[in-house]
Amino acid sequence: MFGLEKKDAALLLIVAVVTLCAPILLNPFPAGSEMAQFNAGYPDLMQRFAIYGIFAIGFNILFGLTGYLSFGHAAFLGVGSYSAVWMFKLLSMNIIPGIILSVIVAGLFSLVIGFISLRRSGIYFSILTLAFAQMSYNLAYSVLTPITNGETGLQLSLNDPRVLDAARTTGSLPVTTLFGAEMRSATSVQFGVWEWQFSTGFYVSAVLMLLALYLAIRIFRSPFGIMLRAVKSNQNRMSYTGLNVRPYTLAAFVISGMYAGLAGGLLAAMDPLAGAERMQWTASGEVVIMTILGGAGTLLGPIIGAGFIKYFENIFSKINDNVLHDWFAFLPDGLNDFVVTVIAPFFGDGWNLTMGLMFMAVVIFLPGGLVDGARRIGRLFRRKPAGAKRPDAATKPAE
Amino acid sequence: MDAIILQILNGLDKGSAYALIALGLTLIFGTLGVVNFAHGALFMIGAFCAVTLQKILSASYTVIDPSQTDFLGRPLEVSKPYLEAWLGPDLGGGIIEWSVPLAILFAIPVMLILGYVMERGLIKHFYRRPHADQILVTFGLAIVLQEVIKHFFGANPIPTPAPPAFAGSLDFGVWLGFDPNAIIYPYWRTVYFLFSLVIIGAVFSFLQFTTFGMVVRAGMADRETVGLLGINIDRRFTIMFGIAAAVAGIAGVMYTPINSPNYHMGMDFLVLSFVVVVVGGMGSLPGAVLAGFLLGIVESFASMNEVKNILPGIDQIIIYLIAIAILLTRPRGLMGRKGVMEE
Repeated sequence: MFGLEKKDAALLLIVAVVTLCAPILLNPFPAGSEMAQFNAGYPDLMQRFAIYGIFAIGFNILFGLTGYLSFGHAAFLGVGSYSAVWMFKLLSMNIIPGIILSVIVAGLFSLVIGFISLRRSGIYFSILTLAFAQMSYNLAYSVLTPITNGETGLQLSLNDPRVLDAARTTGSLPVTTLFGAEMRSATSVQFGVWEWQFSTGFYVSAVLMLLALYLAIRIFRSPFGIMLRAVKSNQNRMSYTGLNVRPYTLAAFVISGMYAGLAGGLLAAMDPLAGAERMQWTASGEVVIMTILGGAGTLLGPIIGAGFIKYFENIFSKINDNVLHDWFAFLPDGLNDFVVTVIAPFFGDGWNLTMGLMFMAVVIFLPGGLVDGARRIGRLFRRKPAGAKRPDAATKPAE
Repeated sequence: MDAIILQILNGLDKGSAYALIALGLTLIFGTLGVVNFAHGALFMIGAFCAVTLQKILSASYTVIDPSQTDFLGRPLEVSKPYLEAWLGPDLGGGIIEWSVPLAILFAIPVMLILGYVMERGLIKHFYRRPHADQILVTFGLAIVLQEVIKHFFGANPIPTPAPPAFAGSLDFGVWLGFDPNAIIYPYWRTVYFLFSLVIIGAVFSFLQFTTFGMVVRAGMADRETVGLLGINIDRRFTIMFGIAAAVAGIAGVMYTPINSPNYHMGMDFLVLSFVVVVVGGMGSLPGAVLAGFLLGIVESFASMNEVKNILPGIDQIIIYLIAIAILLTRPRGLMGRKGVMEE
């Protein structure tokens, strides 16, 4: 199907079904019930799943395949957001031109940065990308204020030209649309005790994410993808065979930059705002964390990592001391207070602490990420008969 | 002329901080071969050692002071530090005012232990893993340390003043024969600069003139051979990690009066100190110090109005531009040895 092998096609199909049914699947708890706060099926969060999924898929094409650890990918996301918002300001509130421009601009930007940064590898590459990203961040904050609107961030205003749209000088700010369908409009469906929200914005992001995943699968399975893996396992040997690796790594860098631009454009399409903080290096760190947590170098890993991080970021920050007291209400009073005091720092505002610990645990114990963890657990259940070849022996790259 | 001297002086205090952090980073990289993204967090923890000590010293109880009254004529409740009660207002109050310099004594053991635990508990397991893994795990550790500090001290900067003896400014210009008030430089920054020189000198003499330092240097040059000679080089490297952490920590302690510490100051300094290490040359200690001061001074020149009028925004990016230029033309940095991490 679509030039995919059976296994990959099945994977894509499963992801597609899960994604398109996400508004239903992510709302397992009836509306209004105690557990409803753990539902993730509201448009704003689901959009972020899809968008950061795209971002992480793109990052994975660079890091997962070539092993080049970029600490500056948020710069491309930020550039994408700015270009999309400018399109909304100048041309039209239709998201198509905005998204196309954000992909192109991010691609050009990553071409320049990649061309310079890829002259070095390893730690130097990380520091170069970090330096470029911090430079863009600092510039967006200070000198480029006419383009980026500095600290306030770039916003729509009523007297923007918007050449293609009908003039609108009064009333509220226009909203982003796809040929008339408003991004933020959502249909709410009541089904028994459940309430599901189907929003345009989510489906636009979801379809684009599926497209992004499809492209990533094609890249992973193509000769180009195998070349990138070869760069990861032994770049020197590649060079000795007479191949110039830089065009390949640069192509991977630009592709992942364009993915980041697409994600940035979509973020702006869902909420027409762009701020410099999206480009800060800690934001680049976030996508690194997502990819590694899910499993770098795997197809599903980045999506799972992005969903995982965004879900828990949202849910953990909602859990405050009172909720915790309720959870442990079955314990005697003194013990209850004690337990809550001990675990409270990890919830609410402490989400970053939990995330940091989780990330460290994954890097230390499970370098393959959650996907690898699931695979290991699966292997426990269907043990091969004794004497069969250990599967990881075959997958280790030759050093 | 006086403007130029002023900019050099302004660059020195930031440059001192860069140099101290970069020195620690290079020590760790040169000995253990580990890229430590948590080094900024160690700097930050040092700063919070000063905050903690200040809080401990000024722990106080409330007394009713009959000599002072509030606007209704009732006697005023005054909070009185225990130290003043025990040691008298002069000595006790003096100790509280000098809490930042005293915090050095407090920070050194804390940081040595923290560095030791960090190396034995975590970094040790990452020697054989790729640099990317080392970056990732120490980055995670930096997030964790930063969030722990945020949990205990809150997100706002905590003012930690310098002792009042250093409160004013030094009229440096008069010494050089300029008009009074031409070059004004705060006392504390002078102290910080001199202090960093002392620390840098101490680290270098420790490495140069003690047997321990000699062994460490030998281990940096050829770890395997030193190990074969029957010397437990790992243990010494662990201690060097502790020392590097202590250098970052006391750099943080002394920096608190210049900038009130907050939980993300480590991350802010980390990126820049990595740039400093790269410019100086990975693994080169003199390079890290030189590049630290140099970049601090260059940054302060770039923030002069005359420069900013010609090249707007240059002060924000000059350090990164220099780093990129150095990495592309001379990857081993200003003073890096040939063959150390050149690729």
